[in-house]
Amino acid sequence: MKVLSASSKFLPFIFRTLFFIVLSTGLAFGQSGGEGNMVTIGVILILGVLVLGAVAVVGNSMVQVLSVKTGVDIGSTSDEEGTGANIHVLKKGTDIKLKGESHQEIEDVFTSRYAVQPFNFNNIAPIPKLVVEEGDEVLAGQALFFDKKHPDVFFVSPVSGEVVEINRGLKRAIDQVVILADKEISYKDLNSPDVETADREEIRTFLKENGGWPLFMQRPYNILPDNDEEPRDIFISGFDTSPLAGDSSVAIDGRFDAIQKGIQVLNKLTDGSVFMSLDGRKESSFPVELEELSGVEKHYFDGPHPAGNVGVQIHHIKPIKQGDIVWTIGLQELITLGNMFLKNQYDATRIINVCGPSAQRPRYIRTFLGADLSELVKQELEDEKIRVISGNVLCGDKKEGNAFLDFYSTQVTCISEGNDYEMFGWLIPQSFRPTVSPTFPNFALKEMAYDVDTNTHGEKRAFVVSGQYEELLPVDTFPQHLFKAIITRDIDRMEGLGIYELVEEDVALCEFACTSKQPLQKLLREGLDFMLVEA
Amino acid sequence: MKKLLNFIKSKEPKKGTLGHTLYDGFFTFLYAPNEVTGSKGVHIRDRMDLKRTMVTVVLALQFCYLLGTYNIGHQHFVALGMYESFFEGFHLKIAFGLTKILPLFIWTHVVGLGIEFYFAWKKGHAIEEGFLVSGALIPLIMPPDLPIWILCLAVGFAVFLGKEAFGGTGMNIWNVALLARAFVFFAYPTTISGDQVWIAGFDQILPGAATDYGWWQTSFFNTIFGWFDWAQFDSTAVIVDGFTGATPLSLAYEGGWSAVTDVYSSSQMLWGALPGSVGETSKPLIILGAIILLASKIGSWRIMFSGLVGAVVMSLVFNAWGATPFMEVPWYNQFLMGSFWFAIVFMATDPVTATATNYGKFIYGFLIGMIGMIIRIINPAYPEGWMLAILLLNTFAPLIDHYVVLGNIKKRLKRA
Repeated sequence: MKVLSASSKFLPFIFRTLFFIVLSTGLAFGQSGGEGNMVTIGVILILGVLVLGAVAVVGNSMVQVLSVKTGVDIGSTSDEEGTGANIHVLKKGTDIKLKGESHQEIEDVFTSRYAVQPFNFNNIAPIPKLVVEEGDEVLAGQALFFDKKHPDVFFVSPVSGEVVEINRGLKRAIDQVVILADKEISYKDLNSPDVETADREEIRTFLKENGGWPLFMQRPYNILPDNDEEPRDIFISGFDTSPLAGDSSVAIDGRFDAIQKGIQVLNKLTDGSVFMSLDGRKESSFPVELEELSGVEKHYFDGPHPAGNVGVQIHHIKPIKQGDIVWTIGLQELITLGNMFLKNQYDATRIINVCGPSAQRPRYIRTFLGADLSELVKQELEDEKIRVISGNVLCGDKKEGNAFLDFYSTQVTCISEGNDYEMFGWLIPQSFRPTVSPTFPNFALKEMAYDVDTNTHGEKRAFVVSGQYEELLPVDTFPQHLFKAIITRDIDRMEGLGIYELVEEDVALCEFACTSKQPLQKLLREGLDFMLVEA
Repeated sequence: MKKLLNFIKSKEPKKGTLGHTLYDGFFTFLYAPNEVTGSKGVHIRDRMDLKRTMVTVVLALQFCYLLGTYNIGHQHFVALGMYESFFEGFHLKIAFGLTKILPLFIWTHVVGLGIEFYFAWKKGHAIEEGFLVSGALIPLIMPPDLPIWILCLAVGFAVFLGKEAFGGTGMNIWNVALLARAFVFFAYPTTISGDQVWIAGFDQILPGAATDYGWWQTSFFNTIFGWFDWAQFDSTAVIVDGFTGATPLSLAYEGGWSAVTDVYSSSQMLWGALPGSVGETSKPLIILGAIILLASKIGSWRIMFSGLVGAVVMSLVFNAWGATPFMEVPWYNQFLMGSFWFAIVFMATDPVTATATNYGKFIYGFLIGMIGMIIRIINPAYPEGWMLAILLLNTFAPLIDHYVVLGNIKKRLKRA
């Protein structure tokens, strides 16, 4: 709310200044006139108004700077703790609307194979230690392997069945542990401790042993939480603004009791607060049950993508300072966590949004973690003209061949490959594509849904254009300077410009829009990996 | 269409040769490449790329080219006392303008692109689009009669030492086009300053001086015009009595605003029918270009706006001081003279050499406005300061950015 008043104060200021300049120019010319050059004066005035008008229109972006700045202030100086309504209005960013949105109903698809893929987890050793062999029978929730860096953290099977394949990649790194699922899933009885009475160490040990640990991500770096670190706070994003993300209420699918239980667990794990951000955009609705959750501080975010990214939300709620460690957890992971205590079993049910302009049947699917994509999107995966992405088009992973759903992704997007030449494609494009540049006429059509392909639409160049990333990243930093600091491995600058606050998904929109086609997500990960080792 | 693509593809030279670099440069102009996004990172990209960015700027410059070309001819005939009304002798003025602007344009690109191609080949990367804009700007900021060999030297200097030595497009510290002009200004001052140089087609600007027509005028165009029975170039014409060819700025320096209005009317100065560099004279057409740059979000409104404010503030200060006739020129009339608009719209907004931070852009633009006005009004040697002001601020842009970024870093530290 404070943000709104700040920006509304600022706009009239611009217009008053402009009016003053126009008026004074007019007066000045009026005084000097008398030689019959009123025409000239008229022309100058009109042109002046035109230029200044254009300046004023573009000047709106200045308001964005202000609002974001004020947004930070609201977060850090908020006195409405607990159940109070905290509203953050973000102006920066843009929504990318694509064709192929999913329908609301959910279809049950039980694929025969599921996989856990070690490369889904950042900062674990490439060759984890297996505790099962090919041919072993496992229960859902039974340990498959552990990471040599975190020997007490186990990764567990999402379903019950037989371990049929252990696929190895380069240098014998384990890519996939594949399980052929039973018709009827049988769950390992977890013997979960009572959340009310158990102490923190007991719960942490339980989570590490039973596959609950990898459900969390630790920031900075977006890695598996450290063995012995405790999070300052835990953040949950209650909605997703990324392209074709769909409706979070479908993903929750009425499993509110598990969410509530999960939040109870989260509160046991941190001395700080548990924050949940909810969709504050006018046109959207979210299930009222989320508002009624207890034990969580709710924040409302209004704005275009990336307002739904938990990293951006953390920046506006309670920024990560140097030395801080926070955890994040997704909604569906939170449900799994809650069910570990509520139902005493590792329930890896996931609602997957299969979508995209090239998806045969865009729909929601109820399946399990790590489902076999060659069954979920068989035709699309076999078609060479189509790219199947586990995740969204901005930060998902391309999947080919023997492909399974990634651990943290709840979305499968299918778009067409763009490996064609296009005559004068850069000058006179033959199809509309989503864009943030007003040089394209479709820039004005904000509601248009687009077909897209994977063409880069240009070649990689050095950084030339400035101010572009700032418009798309609602975080108070200078992204281009941060990326240059990463390239030059300047530790002080990287820290100073807040590399700890960002992960790949936050800069994905900047990468999408980048005129110089720079690989920003890759750069940021290089920087984060460098900092992880050096700092 | 498929056939054409296959035909062009079949002509592709071997990789690593200069021929391949050239081929690649032109091929990517003809066809957007078939490159796709990687398996990680974004899977879709915006259609906007550097080619489109640069070409938008070049398009915004076309108005200046149109009027600039015509104005070269117009000024020439005004000096001769012929066709003094703006649209009289249209074909002659266009033809004369073309004979002056085309060599400038072509030689700029031959030298500039030649160096670009060579470096792209040697460094093994694709040809970058930076010179598209520099190459379009350079002919517009030169006097129309500049000897071609000086132009080539200047462009070579600017592209070689000003850009490629720093690493190519995106890495240069100084605006390449202005560097070319600064080279001419310091190395061959007589070709770019004084009253003598702004009107093309004469050895010297003196009453009674004869025209200096070449083969293009006397043979080529006169023959063509002869077929249509149109008026032809007259080699016997001489400059009329009392004509000085002085620019408004030099007049204002000598005698203040009244000396200017004795020679030029306000609307003449506004629309640009007066001597000057090729592209700088017409304010409305430059502003039209500015609107294109602003609407496409390619030019920075922050730099243009704060530059305007800086220039207004400084001229008001000089108005208040009032020590010389030039200082007493009313502040709003300063904007009718000289090349402020061209400089602030097309030169100062170059994203590579300007500041990169949004706050920095305000400071940068404001200082350009102020310093440019100071040089214009106080410097007796050369009454136009935008080139020097922008090059100076180009030098300081990284410093400004550094402190803005430092401010952000300090803010983040304070949060801790």
